[in-house]
Amino acid sequence: MPNKKLGLIVNPIAGLGGKVGLKGTDGEAIIKRAIKLRATAVSPTRALEALRTLTYARNEFELVTYPFEMGQDVAEKCCLNSKIIGSIVKGKTTATDTKNAARDMMKLGVDLILFSGGDGTARDICEVIGGEVPVLGIPAGVKMHSAVFAINPKKAAELAISFLRGEASLREAEVMDIDEDAFRKKNKVVARLYGYLQVPYEKSLVQPIKIGSSTTMDEKSNQEAIAEYIVERMEDDCYYILCPGTTVKAIADKLGFKKTLLGVDIVKKRRMIAMDVNEEKLLKLIEGEKAKIVVSPIGGQGFIFGRGNQQISPQVIKKVGIDNIIILATENKLHSIGPGKPLLVDTGDDEINKQLSGYKRVVTGYNKEVIWKVSA
Amino acid sequence: MLLQKRIGVISVPIHQYIPNSVPEIKKNMLEYLGVKDIEELFVDIPEMIKCKKRLRLPHPTPELQVRRNIEGLLSKNKNRNEMLTFLGAGCWPHYVPAVCDEINSRSEFLTAYTGDVYTDLGRYQALFEFQSMIGDLIAMDVVSFPTYDWATASGDATHMAVRITGRHEILVPKTMSPERLSVIKTYCQRLAEVKPINYDPITGQLDLKDLKKKISARTAAVYIENPTYLGFIETEGEEIGKIAHDNGALYIVGVEPLSLGLLTPPGEYGADIVCGEGQPLGIHMNFGGGLFSFLACRDDEQFVSVIPHRMITITSTEHEGEWGFAYTLPKRTMFAARERATTFTGTATVLWAITAAVYMSLLGPKGITELAEVIMQKAYYAMRRISEIDGVMAPIFKSPHFKEFTVNFGTDQTVSEVNKNLLKHGIQGGKDITKEFPQLGNTALYCVTEIHMKEDIDRLVAVLEDIVK
Amino acid sequence: MKNKGTTTYHAVRWREPIIYELGRKGRRGFMIPKVEPEIKAVARDAVLSIPDKMRRKTPPEWPELSEPEVVRHFIRLSQQTFGVDSGINVGVGTCTMKYNPKVNEALARSPGITGLHPLQDESTVQGILEIIYKLQEWLCEISGMDKFSFQPRGGAHAVFTNACIIRAFHKYNGELDQRDEIITTVVSHPCNAAAPASAGFKIVTLYPDEKTGCINVEALKAAVSKRTAGMMITNPYDTGIFDSNIIEYINIIHEAGGLVAIDQANANCLLGRVRIGDVGADLCHFNLHKSFSTPHGSCGPGSAPVGVKEEFAKFLPIPTVEFDGSKYYLDYDRPHSIGKVAEFHGVAQNVVRAYAWILTMGAEGLRETSEVAVLNNNYLLKKLLEIRGVSLPWGKSRPFRMQDVRLSLEKLKEETGIRIDDVNRRIVDFGVQRCFTSHEPWIVPEPFTPEPTESASKEDLDRFAEIFSRISTEAYTNPEKIKNAPHNCAISRVNLNPSSDPKKWAMTWRSYIKKHG
Repeated sequence: MPNKKLGLIVNPIAGLGGKVGLKGTDGEAIIKRAIKLRATAVSPTRALEALRTLTYARNEFELVTYPFEMGQDVAEKCCLNSKIIGSIVKGKTTATDTKNAARDMMKLGVDLILFSGGDGTARDICEVIGGEVPVLGIPAGVKMHSAVFAINPKKAAELAISFLRGEASLREAEVMDIDEDAFRKKNKVVARLYGYLQVPYEKSLVQPIKIGSSTTMDEKSNQEAIAEYIVERMEDDCYYILCPGTTVKAIADKLGFKKTLLGVDIVKKRRMIAMDVNEEKLLKLIEGEKAKIVVSPIGGQGFIFGRGNQQISPQVIKKVGIDNIIILATENKLHSIGPGKPLLVDTGDDEINKQLSGYKRVVTGYNKEVIWKVSA
Repeated sequence: MLLQKRIGVISVPIHQYIPNSVPEIKKNMLEYLGVKDIEELFVDIPEMIKCKKRLRLPHPTPELQVRRNIEGLLSKNKNRNEMLTFLGAGCWPHYVPAVCDEINSRSEFLTAYTGDVYTDLGRYQALFEFQSMIGDLIAMDVVSFPTYDWATASGDATHMAVRITGRHEILVPKTMSPERLSVIKTYCQRLAEVKPINYDPITGQLDLKDLKKKISARTAAVYIENPTYLGFIETEGEEIGKIAHDNGALYIVGVEPLSLGLLTPPGEYGADIVCGEGQPLGIHMNFGGGLFSFLACRDDEQFVSVIPHRMITITSTEHEGEWGFAYTLPKRTMFAARERATTFTGTATVLWAITAAVYMSLLGPKGITELAEVIMQKAYYAMRRISEIDGVMAPIFKSPHFKEFTVNFGTDQTVSEVNKNLLKHGIQGGKDITKEFPQLGNTALYCVTEIHMKEDIDRLVAVLEDIVK
Repeated sequence: MKNKGTTTYHAVRWREPIIYELGRKGRRGFMIPKVEPEIKAVARDAVLSIPDKMRRKTPPEWPELSEPEVVRHFIRLSQQTFGVDSGINVGVGTCTMKYNPKVNEALARSPGITGLHPLQDESTVQGILEIIYKLQEWLCEISGMDKFSFQPRGGAHAVFTNACIIRAFHKYNGELDQRDEIITTVVSHPCNAAAPASAGFKIVTLYPDEKTGCINVEALKAAVSKRTAGMMITNPYDTGIFDSNIIEYINIIHEAGGLVAIDQANANCLLGRVRIGDVGADLCHFNLHKSFSTPHGSCGPGSAPVGVKEEFAKFLPIPTVEFDGSKYYLDYDRPHSIGKVAEFHGVAQNVVRAYAWILTMGAEGLRETSEVAVLNNNYLLKKLLEIRGVSLPWGKSRPFRMQDVRLSLEKLKEETGIRIDDVNRRIVDFGVQRCFTSHEPWIVPEPFTPEPTESASKEDLDRFAEIFSRISTEAYTNPEKIKNAPHNCAISRVNLNPSSDPKKWAMTWRSYIKKHG
């Protein structure tokens, strides 16, 4: 009797735009155009590829999925027994259906949600799930800036099985997406941070001993340890600029207030001074004052400045001072970026980038730091 | 060195322990590596730090001479077969059954290290049997791998208590072993404050009033030793545990295992964590090198997750009816968590744990009960007879004693003088504890076990009588 | 059981019951001598003096066996254990599984040492004190240090002791409040971080450069500050790389006012070649059960003496062993000592073994030891690198390694799905001990760390490489055989579920009976 539940969500229209040169398929108008141009759905094919690989471990999990094109079809093609939940209008699925599927699977207590889609699908799932249930993406969309995807469908399946067997760890992965309005109207490519998911990762840096307790708990306690250490050392006469990310959020949790997960908040004397500030407001607040930036690396590549926290502009960094930047990261986070690979900065200002580069301290726990290379 | 002048020097560098030290073999291997000079392999060591001169050590010595040299040195010692000894205080002279030495000289047990259960099933099973028999002896369900000694185990127990309760103070009896106290303090620096509790001057028992006064919401644990360092039994074990628990503190009990043949096991009077000295369980004194300790706790996930040593659980295998073993919660320890670990034991004392398993198997339930009775009776006899000497009191405290007891020599002679005189008669007297416990005056700590025959005790008494006059 | 593995080896497989399942009620394995009637007459009340609430009501539920049953049981268990004497252990790196000479055993078990109490009058233990003192002198000569203490009982214990000495030093100079950071590396033994953390320090960890396998000096400079209390590292690293920047590191730390403690667990390749005291280290330790041939004992007892320069000798644990010109004595009068880290004076029987080994080997033998250890390691390394799926991912710029080397099976995993854990379960089918992988975190993926030591013969090395090659071929052609290994061992694959399930785990037989009936 398999005791693991694997959720499967197929976004049937993801990837439609790519082949015909469209950026994504969000928005009914785009979809209509794509279908008119005879685009063939890529996502179901990718999902099928992954499922076929999953069959080698069919006895180890129970598949839970949505009806028809949202998962049932591909499961049946592989002769995988699955539990069908929810209801959709066949042929007319929308983002709402994706969200419902994710919600229903979370309620059912699935151990992992495997989805086939792109950034848009990732965003929808993230909106509902957050960090509550581990998620892994089968790459099938055009836009894949998020760090939640495996390299290919086969690897996605193998990683999913590894995770269900307790042989893979979890890491925090950013859900990013291009600001479509900015692109279509002004032709600008700006990646925005939408949220975070907990995703299994490949590079196994620990012995794959089967572990019963969830590694999300381990990661949380690591973040709490970091937060405790930082809060203990907070100076009363200093503004603390808290950047996005769940590691930094743990500091706010410790102090007892809700942090803007995707934005920048300011704290002084252990109280929230301002929330979700932009560059202008930030500069005004810290003018002539002592301030420290508390930041955590973003993305699978490990950017500490330049992705998802553009409010921390070069001017802000200059005002605060290079020596007043506190970098936080759990060891899991650093290892998922890769030992030997540096953290990255891309502020837009070469001089600042240069000053930020070199070997820096990173707080990894209570009374623990590592020295890590930072590069532009 | 005198040694070198007398022996034949071996100059040919073929060593009996090094199969590849034959020049021909080295040449072949270097050829395979494409290296002309073996020094090329050491290229990473900067030239300036390489030793240029021969170390000032002996020349290679043949086994015959090594034996003579060391046996000659060891003959300058007087071991317990040659001298009647009444020393205890943390390391005790007990009889070691021949089977114990037989099993711990098996080269497989002696030369194995950290193999997995597939190659080292025997080692794991013996360890599980050790864990189990200790568990039965102390009445606790979770027992971990052995550690260095009772002192470091009590340090580990303190770390556990701090982690579990989040408090930073431990209360200890003033009668505890000063060596163990020193070690706990070293382990507790920056982590917990160690506060002593008074004892009743007549009975020696832990002063419950003082305990109630000093315990607070800051206390992580109350630690007692039973029997105490000074040899008597803490009879209020259960009450002490209640006081600890009533204040939200944990109860740590350190024990001497043979006494548990007669005494209630700490698991039955409220102990949360138990440690103790395992040397009496079939291990020679080895000048203090035979020490090892066990650490045990309640079967509670919170405790198990902070116990700082490895431990194994019994399990099944793919084959029905076959026993297997696996590490419990392997991610807890240093080996997975580096700085977050509570402590850091690595290579500890497994060979002694296996020996203890053999010892406990030989004794069986009847054996340990009988042994404890025999020891207690012999000690009692010794105390009575010594007390008959004028001016000497044994024991000082009016409590039941197990195998050790205090002997006070009044004001005429210091313990040091008494011991010097005893030595002239080939007797090693008890430990001089005048510096450790000045409030007890000229007092020594004597130990009597199953190895002491009536004649031995009578001889001690006769000589003491002489000396004291 | 059928020999599914088709190798020529099969382990002894006794299916030996747990000892609780053996024996019979009433059997005895050891008779306790009865007390003499005169004693009994006087001591009749002894046991009765124990108040009822403290009297044990029922004896422990131990099994009841006769002596031959106990012997057979444990002999069988020993036969199902694989030591250095049993077979090839070259895969067990960082542990230095060298040969344990038997004359050392005979000496360590003589009554002249087993029957000594640590508190005996010093006049009665001059022999053992002399051996301890002489070994101390020899270790000073080997390491370039000025004084040793034998009180620490294992490597981790020694590192803790050195961390305490660093604390004591800074406290003595009034700088303890501002110096609270210890620097270490991720390629040192984990105790180099855990032990000082236990002593209250903040730990700053350095990662090595992928290309050189060494720490970048710039990284160390970034880690050093006026809060630096010291640096505690292993050199050579567990990856087998000798960090040639060590002199510079020591200078940097000293300039910042910190101390340097070197973990010499990997000293087997440095014997007679490098004296770490001359290089500038302040503190160090050796593992007698590694470099100095004392047996591992199934994981202890070991012994790990700490060595210090003269100016730190006052902080050593008490007592130290001294010589006043005519006799040896224990010195307790050391007011600045850190106190005690363990009871009594150390693991004396291992001191005797190490002393015997150094005497047997002599200075020439120590140099031969390090020479052959390194030669063996590099020979095996080259052979292993010829095997498909094996790679050397770190420190590629260095052609040779010291006493051990960290290799990777990442390629094998990518191409066949077989991982190091699978290989370790298969290699034991050939009558060979498994490989040590790596301490965590695994910065080298799918790691394994062989260390032949000087005790391995060329035939051992060739055989090990041949077996490894065979397993590699199996991975590409018949991976199922590896996945389902072991086939020829004493037990089949273990069920790991109880490991992390509080409802299922049972560390004692009584617990097992309670939970599983």
